[in-house]
Amino acid sequence: MKVGTHLKNTSLDMAHHHTEDNFHQTGEIPKPQTKAIWRTFVILVAITALEFLIAFTMDAGTARNAIFIILTIFKAFYIVAEFMHMKHETKTLMWSILIPLALVVWLMVALLAEGSYYYESITNYFR
Amino acid sequence: MSTSTTLEAPNTGTWDGGNEPMKASYGKLMMWFFLLSDAFTFGAFLITYGLARHAHKPYTGEAEAFTFSTEWWPIPEKVFNAFPGFHGVDLPLAFVALMTMILILSSVTMVLAVEAGHRMDKNDVQKWLLWTILFGATFLGCQAWEWSHFIAGTDQGMLLADGTRVFGANLTVNQYGPPLFADLFFFITGFHGTHVFTGWILLLIAFISTVNGVYQKRGHYEMVEKIGLYWHFVDLVWVFVFTFFYLI
Repeated sequence: MKVGTHLKNTSLDMAHHHTEDNFHQTGEIPKPQTKAIWRTFVILVAITALEFLIAFTMDAGTARNAIFIILTIFKAFYIVAEFMHMKHETKTLMWSILIPLALVVWLMVALLAEGSYYYESITNYFR
Repeated sequence: MSTSTTLEAPNTGTWDGGNEPMKASYGKLMMWFFLLSDAFTFGAFLITYGLARHAHKPYTGEAEAFTFSTEWWPIPEKVFNAFPGFHGVDLPLAFVALMTMILILSSVTMVLAVEAGHRMDKNDVQKWLLWTILFGATFLGCQAWEWSHFIAGTDQGMLLADGTRVFGANLTVNQYGPPLFADLFFFITGFHGTHVFTGWILLLIAFISTVNGVYQKRGHYEMVEKIGLYWHFVDLVWVFVFTFFYLI
């Protein structure tokens, strides 16, 4: 798997640097390598189906929401790692995209707490 | 041809763009950072939804007895339960499920186009781009239907205290619950839909360029790859919208 990707990247680089050569050498086209793509597709569909199953068999609540969020993160991982090819990029690129997203997590914690506080103060005010 | 060759000539000097510390081209790197900024935008939208939801009264009664009221935040599966051609039938989340499947499928055909580009297989790139364009258009059509249904409302509408009824939703009136619920629906799915539409236009341009052999002449299909990154990101956002707007 790893080797295959390497080869692909190399051929892409070659295409970059030897534009003319490649243009004249397009006679042979390699066979498609789509196994990993379809596997990811099956995983994404399976997780989505599971989410629907849970939505109609489990009562709403914190536990169900937690399951939904975990499954969503799983789906996000497969889309970013496989479809967007993040798994095969350099670690530097990966972390420079992922680390700033911690700010989103902070915003979420802060604003959800803020919303709950607002609701509490309104309900207690009118009680 | 000659001009494009000059433009594509690699710079080899260290301070001349010759080294790529992240082993990704300038364009791909910039697409990644654009997507990061876009993730912040969508993150802010969805977190605002969370804020509004926590600041409103939740519905605590039995799910079967649920009625629309501005008093409490609605249960999503009671709002999104319509399906084209099945008027009045309660099919919770069925249409959203279909839309999700269409978008995942379009993501797969997109990645297949990128894969074909790596192999310099012009015919395959064309084929898979066309499938992606088709699924993208279908998704947009579904969203248009979803919006028009949401705006028009249900047969019963919402009964107000003075005995009148309101039907559907706009930015100030909302039959499904607090007005903020409708506002966030329009902003979040609308912003996502705008992204899908933009990506769809980019796909059309890429398809035309592929057919004209632009990328084949250039010697690589990196443009398809960059548009692919954007398209997958749109799918990724939908995964989150689906969970936080429709499921939870």
